[in-house]
Amino acid sequence: MFKIFKYSTYDLLRSRWSYVYFSFYLILGFVLLFLNSDVSKAVITIMNIIVILTPLIAIIFGVMYYYNTKEFTELLLAQPIKRSKILIGQYLGLSVSLSLSLIVGLGIPFAVYGLFMSMVIFDFFLLLVVGGFLNFIFVALAFIITLYNENRIKGFGYAILVWLLLAVVYDGVFMIILIIFKEYPLDTFSLVVTMLNPIDLSRILILLELDISVLLGYTGAVFKKFFGTGMGMLSSLTVMFVWLIIPILLMIRKFNKKDF
Amino acid sequence: MLINRYLLIISLLFYTVLYSAASTTEVCESCDYNSIQDAVDNAISGDTIIIKAGVYKEFAIRIEKEIHLIGEENSIIDGENNGTIINVSAENFSIKGLTIKNVGISYTKDYAAILVSRSKYFTIENNILRNVFFGILIEKSKYGLIRNNDISSSATHEASSGNGVHLWHCSRMRIEQNKVSNLRDGIYLEFVENSSISNNESSDNIRYGLHFMFSNNDEYFKNEFRNNGAGVAVMFSKIIKMHHNTFHLNWGPASYGLLLKEITDADIENNLFEKNTIGINIDGCSRINYTNNHFVQNGWAIKFHGGCYENIFELNNFIHNSFDLSYSSRLNDNKFEGNYWSDYNGYDLDKDGIGDVPYRPVRLFSYVVNKTPETLVLLRSLFVDIINFSEKVSPVFTPENLIDNKPIMIRINDRN
Repeated sequence: MFKIFKYSTYDLLRSRWSYVYFSFYLILGFVLLFLNSDVSKAVITIMNIIVILTPLIAIIFGVMYYYNTKEFTELLLAQPIKRSKILIGQYLGLSVSLSLSLIVGLGIPFAVYGLFMSMVIFDFFLLLVVGGFLNFIFVALAFIITLYNENRIKGFGYAILVWLLLAVVYDGVFMIILIIFKEYPLDTFSLVVTMLNPIDLSRILILLELDISVLLGYTGAVFKKFFGTGMGMLSSLTVMFVWLIIPILLMIRKFNKKDF
Repeated sequence: MLINRYLLIISLLFYTVLYSAASTTEVCESCDYNSIQDAVDNAISGDTIIIKAGVYKEFAIRIEKEIHLIGEENSIIDGENNGTIINVSAENFSIKGLTIKNVGISYTKDYAAILVSRSKYFTIENNILRNVFFGILIEKSKYGLIRNNDISSSATHEASSGNGVHLWHCSRMRIEQNKVSNLRDGIYLEFVENSSISNNESSDNIRYGLHFMFSNNDEYFKNEFRNNGAGVAVMFSKIIKMHHNTFHLNWGPASYGLLLKEITDADIENNLFEKNTIGINIDGCSRINYTNNHFVQNGWAIKFHGGCYENIFELNNFIHNSFDLSYSSRLNDNKFEGNYWSDYNGYDLDKDGIGDVPYRPVRLFSYVVNKTPETLVLLRSLFVDIINFSEKVSPVFTPENLIDNKPIMIRINDRN
């Protein structure tokens, strides 16, 4: 498994797309900090980008990578290696290299602009952790989609659909429910609904760390009370883990049963 | 000519006599008087009493003569939490340079470090007031000057704390260069007319930095209000001028920079509202001109509630606020023109500095949040950006005429 992980990481680190992705974050970080050298404000802007773009790139890139390496995977399957090891190796290779691009690409500009001397280092760290989680989750989702769909066009279509559902439609439905049932106490409900979507969960986690959270009013106070405690942080990280584990298990199950 | 000269000599003589009639007494451990009350009792109108360094454990000092109380450095009056410390009912007096502490809390009486009633022409300056209930409490007085006092306490609850400078039924007062912190209201004015409040610094008060009730024709300027429950509350008052003030860091679940309630005919100019939860909260206010103000990084720059008519917003800067404007009714009788909006992304083809496309300061999300505050949890999500965009393209829910027809492209008199 480690060998496959190593090969696929090396392969990806040499690929053009990793560099594109890496330089995207690098340039983004530098431009943001150049336009506004206040590190703490740049963290807020970057939050929007991480929460929206990281999942999109991870899922598209995952689908693309799987289809491209399909022949290599089939070759590996002919060897006496356990199926799950092949899959996990490739999965980790892709997720780790994407996360590396993110962390290094954003880390360099922020370090240059004096992140380590500013107060927001914890926020930034949280941002990277959340970004890493989103990478891992959406690559797993991408692999599931590709394993179920041999047709590339269909695969890409579903990938974009899944992203749209989680990033946009989910919030739309959430908002409509909140408006319709505004007469009822909705704090626990919104807490649960937020937890169920990794993108929303990441957004709220970061928002609460920034002082913008008081804007959220009463519900915000409930959120703050929940997430602000060690217990809340722990449970939200647990939910993130659950979001990670379930797709991985689904992915392995399908891969083991699949008739190549 | 000669008569003039005689007159001059006579008047000079007259003043010398007058001056020599007023004497100066000292209060200290080894002086003739070692209690302030004794010195006051034995003084006559026009006398000056100098209080030397030392701690004087006195309270309920009554002053009913026109005398000048001057404290030297480290002259401390410790009330030991027994109640009002200096109680003045005289005109033409002054209290300077004293340190007064430990007033004591009462739920039925308004204990103050310095209580003044029915007075005229007085000066209270350079005093340090610590651990007070009310700091300086002035009733039914005129022509007073309260300058350069430093008042602080350790207020925790509204009910068990008092105000720093409290004026009731006063007129023609000047409150300048004071520092007020950790009280209930920093400066409180009730039925106060024709007065000015300037260059004060009011911070960390649990309710308001400055509070007007039923006070007309007043002016406050160049003050700083920081980290209060709400910066300034102006309620049920008319013709108040507010300019060159700084309202910042009034940040919390129910915090305002400036709270306006039932105000008419006011002018709000050249103020800076920075990092407040709500910059200005406006409720039932009419005919107010907002000019040249800067709203920077507030949660809401301006939040309108009902019954606001004929307010004019001109030449203001709205920079990086989470919401520029929240508006609850569908009718609009307020005018926005020539403001700078950092969220404006129109263009200026003819290069006259005025954007060619009107700007709509109320976004759909702000409308939705007004109806259902719970939806705020969706702040900064992609869906919200999308609906805001679509509303901007074709407004359906936000008031149609709430619009800035001449948004300017660069900000006005940049303070940075």
